[in-house]
Amino acid sequence: MWLFDRDLWIEIFHTLGKNMFRTFLTMLGVIFAMIILILLLGSANGMSNGFDKVFAGTASNSLFVWGQSTAEPYKGFERGRRIRYKIEDAEILKKQIPEIEVLAPRIELGNHRGVVTVYRKGQTSGSSVYGDYPEIDNITKKRLVEGRFLNKTDIEDSKKVCVIGEETYKLLFDKGENAIGEDIRINGVFFSVVGVYKPNNNINIDGENAVFIPFTTFQKAFNSGDRMGWMAIAVEPNTKVPVVENQIKDILKAKYDIHPDDERAIGSFDMSEIFNNISSFTNVLKGFSFFVGIFTLLAGVIAISNILLITVKERTKEIGVRRALGATPIVVKRQIVVEAIVLTAFAGLIGFAISVGILSILNSLWGSGKDFPFVNPMVSIPQFSISFLLMVSLSVLIGLIPANKAIKVRPIEALREE
Amino acid sequence: MIEIKDLHKSYKMGSNSLHVLKGINFTAEEGELVAIMGSSGSGKSTLLNILGMLDGANSGEYNLDGVPIKDLTETKAAQYRNKFLGFIFQSFNLINYKSALENVALPLYYQKVGRKERQVKAMSYLERVGLKEWAEHLPSELSGGQKQRVAIARAMAAEPKVLLADEPTGALDSTTSYEVMDLIQKINDEGNTILVVTHEEDIAHMCKRIVHLKDGVIVEDKKIDQVRAEQYV
Repeated sequence: MWLFDRDLWIEIFHTLGKNMFRTFLTMLGVIFAMIILILLLGSANGMSNGFDKVFAGTASNSLFVWGQSTAEPYKGFERGRRIRYKIEDAEILKKQIPEIEVLAPRIELGNHRGVVTVYRKGQTSGSSVYGDYPEIDNITKKRLVEGRFLNKTDIEDSKKVCVIGEETYKLLFDKGENAIGEDIRINGVFFSVVGVYKPNNNINIDGENAVFIPFTTFQKAFNSGDRMGWMAIAVEPNTKVPVVENQIKDILKAKYDIHPDDERAIGSFDMSEIFNNISSFTNVLKGFSFFVGIFTLLAGVIAISNILLITVKERTKEIGVRRALGATPIVVKRQIVVEAIVLTAFAGLIGFAISVGILSILNSLWGSGKDFPFVNPMVSIPQFSISFLLMVSLSVLIGLIPANKAIKVRPIEALREE
Repeated sequence: MIEIKDLHKSYKMGSNSLHVLKGINFTAEEGELVAIMGSSGSGKSTLLNILGMLDGANSGEYNLDGVPIKDLTETKAAQYRNKFLGFIFQSFNLINYKSALENVALPLYYQKVGRKERQVKAMSYLERVGLKEWAEHLPSELSGGQKQRVAIARAMAAEPKVLLADEPTGALDSTTSYEVMDLIQKINDEGNTILVVTHEEDIAHMCKRIVHLKDGVIVEDKKIDQVRAEQYV
């Protein structure tokens, strides 16, 4: 195999090495192109990772359903009727729609997004108060600083316990004060704090000024009976959220005598939509970076071809001598193409090394993702391999231009004395 | 060794065509040392190019060691040149970034001779031209005469049937010229066939036969008594 011919490589490094400066200038274009490509790709990856981190802890395949008021009169009911779900709806939906993986019912004290005054030893906070099932933790994960989240026993025994957010903690407790085991008072009922959670750098639907108590405790303490405020639902990974969303709405509409075309009565929010939007945004970003990078690379490789073209012109005589000495056209061609490949590949590797260095600097500066979504900016091995392969194949094609020019020169013209 | 019959060559110059070689008949036996003379425009360079397979004839026959040279592809021509011919140029045409040894080894590289063997062979030819100590030097570090001797070693390295020398002393002073001619004569003494294109009378007389070209035909072809270059060195 000629590729492993030691002499070929000696010839090539000889030729390239005899004019280091020109060789270096030739490579500069490809080095920069590679840097741009890798930086763009790496940044796009960093952004994508950053968004992933923002949404970490929130089940992407989830939706929320709550009741609103009807917009259409139906079956003798007037419009504007408030829809109030019952706790039994949770079981009905779970039974009828097998695609539902988790269904966490919730009830809220006061109005939606309303605030309730929470007391503790003369300190107060205006917080949202939710009655929840522990399953909610599978959909919107709480990062606990202390203690635990609600659990099954809390539900079964209707324990008077609560988990509070960091904001609420700050309002009710002094700095550094222990909260676990302390009592807080809501609407005259005392709850013992079992956990405190803090923001976890991602979207937090409930906020940090909130108090979570077991659903069953809520029912007893605040006399909510069988009412249910809203449902957080996670569907199976392979199921499309809108499909389940429609099924749920159909069932609920039938149950609560809502006009089939009423769009307002049942409120819902599809989390997956946001995820899809963002992932298509980052995918477009990645595609765009790749596109720009590849064309920059093409420009760089063309620069190499250009310099080789000049080199060939300069080496006309040498090539003529070589051919007079018995170099066949294919040998001459091969040498120039391999020169193009070696230059490109070498320059590409240098550019890659530099850009990886820059990316790791960027990573150490902003890679935590605190200020904006930018986490672990780096290229993947397939991304690198594809760009590298593409670059090398481009260099083969482009190297053929000077190579063909070199063999077009007839030895007799090359050897003509000036 | 070389057989040429009724060779014609013309170049197209726009609408006119320039008839350069007008029926050349020429033979050279093995071991001959032939000087091809003629003023510029006589067609001697064209003849040498055709002999060197750097250019093709329009009509006529050319046999080299019994092999008909006709309608060669570039690849075939390169292989034949490598196998049959050794070139010596007026301006030496050494590759300036290769050492003397590497220059001599180049034709062997194109013959796909292994690296070790190539080095040994190239070194032995350098020794024969008296430049063994200069093996690792670049052409820029050699004098004109030394360069031409490296070029001669290179031409011989592939052990060709015929050496073609195009004004081998054209760029050299007379003392160096005689040194180079002395070397050429010695190589010829060993039985190598050599064709020398020159316009210098004294150089021509150091060959064994002189062929005079004028306006594309051979006007004179005579055997002469060789003047040995040794006495001038």
